[in-house]
Amino acid sequence: MSADDQFYREYILDHYKNPRNYGRLEHPDISHEEDNPLCGDVVGMDFRIKDGVIDDIRFHGRGCAISQASASLLSERLKGLSLEEAKKINKDDVIGELGIDISPARIKCALLSLKVLKVGAYGLADADEE
Amino acid sequence: MAVRTLDVTAIRRDFPIFETGIAYLDSANTSQRPRQVTGAMLEYFEKFNSNIHRAAYRIAEEATVRYEATREKVRAFINAASTREIVYTRGTTEGINLVAYGWGRKNITQGDLIVLTILDHHSNIVPWQILAAEKGAHIEYVDIDEKGELRQDQFTELLKRGPKLVAFNLISNAMGTINPAREMVAAAKKAGATVLVDGAQSTPHQPVDVRALGCDFYAFSGHKMLGPTGAGILYGRRELLEAMDPFQAGGDMIKTVRVEGTTYHELPWKFEAGTQAIAEVIGLGAAVDYLTDLGMDAVRAHELEITDYAYEALSDVEGLTLFGPPPARRAGVISFALDGIHPHDLATIADRDQVCLRAGHHCAMPLMTRLGVPATARASFYVYTQKEEIDRLVSSIKEAQRIFA
Repeated sequence: MSADDQFYREYILDHYKNPRNYGRLEHPDISHEEDNPLCGDVVGMDFRIKDGVIDDIRFHGRGCAISQASASLLSERLKGLSLEEAKKINKDDVIGELGIDISPARIKCALLSLKVLKVGAYGLADADEE
Repeated sequence: MAVRTLDVTAIRRDFPIFETGIAYLDSANTSQRPRQVTGAMLEYFEKFNSNIHRAAYRIAEEATVRYEATREKVRAFINAASTREIVYTRGTTEGINLVAYGWGRKNITQGDLIVLTILDHHSNIVPWQILAAEKGAHIEYVDIDEKGELRQDQFTELLKRGPKLVAFNLISNAMGTINPAREMVAAAKKAGATVLVDGAQSTPHQPVDVRALGCDFYAFSGHKMLGPTGAGILYGRRELLEAMDPFQAGGDMIKTVRVEGTTYHELPWKFEAGTQAIAEVIGLGAAVDYLTDLGMDAVRAHELEITDYAYEALSDVEGLTLFGPPPARRAGVISFALDGIHPHDLATIADRDQVCLRAGHHCAMPLMTRLGVPATARASFYVYTQKEEIDRLVSSIKEAQRIFA
């Protein structure tokens, strides 16, 4: 059905099947993992920071296409950003980047990687507030 | 005697929701409700809406009679000895919590053993974990074998340690496994344990006889058996219920209240404090009537036929892993996983085709951990399920595989 093709757009499936920056960093400056127990999605991110800039990043995890593609897309965007710039990324940016209509049931999947960034990098405990 | 077969086409006409075109494959979660149930509730609201047990005017008497009538319907449905043993609850969860509170706090002490199973639903795990932590008791879980069936050898060994309580579900909501409950109850009773059976998945789908089963407590929900949410049943053997403390205290559960103290109402009202879910209990009574008319043997036979069909159809799908026992030893529940496709992605794609499929841990996280999966997709069936809905599920699965190829 064409509606599905629109939801699972080619680039989302591509990021799911061929995730960018996937893996772990040795001796990261920041490392944090979050899960979504309801569906079992897990995303973790390792950051190397140089002069206040995200010099390198890797993510790992498992879960649905939305959570993993979102993490992959976010990792691409974060690489080379200063922490100050990274802080400004919000949920609208992440959902905008996915470019699809996210239903309320799937919003937590889409935002899991953003939660990893916020809690891990800034210690914001309530980062998943919508 | 030959078992009657269900006229599914006629049954579906009682369920207006099917006019929307959905394929509803999530009845283990909550069932749909026929007009007979919603009609009985509507009749209460429109013709004799009033509180029960309190007023002397006619519509309140009518409400009380209809509300209490459900007790006898349920008693007959599960073959309890007396309506005094039929306690209204909000559902299975409340029934189990009631036992954990009213029986458990009085009877479980430091060092006691509670035996549960890895197939249990959170509602039959967490209340016991809280009780065990409070009392210094400990819990052991019966594991499953590779077919998803409880390891009876391990159960037998655990019984030798003299558990105070054994609690398990008759049918697993996550895998559909039908446990050999009669044998398990008999063995547990012989070992001296009090036995609670979680009947959330069995009561809607097969004949239940609590006296033949021999358990001390049996809890289930109305909303999984064509009734509304908010009404369920706890069956308990009378002498146990008599000896128990009330769960919640308030109006209607008392005999006399004086400032120096209170005497409680007799069974079953001792456990029914405050204004009850009157319309819902009346609706549950209508649901029991509906199922009784169909015949529970016929209900089971229909589900077995659908489950056989679905099991076969899903077995033919490449890259699909089925969990749990073969159809003859399972209820109308099939849990499965697809290679490379997360259950939530499948559920989203199925939803686009109006196929309602559950994806997740099914409130059985210990079982998911045991199976080594974060979640499964689950299709579950009921009296109104048709083979055509299974075909739609299979085509949604193939669509998902095409998208994710």
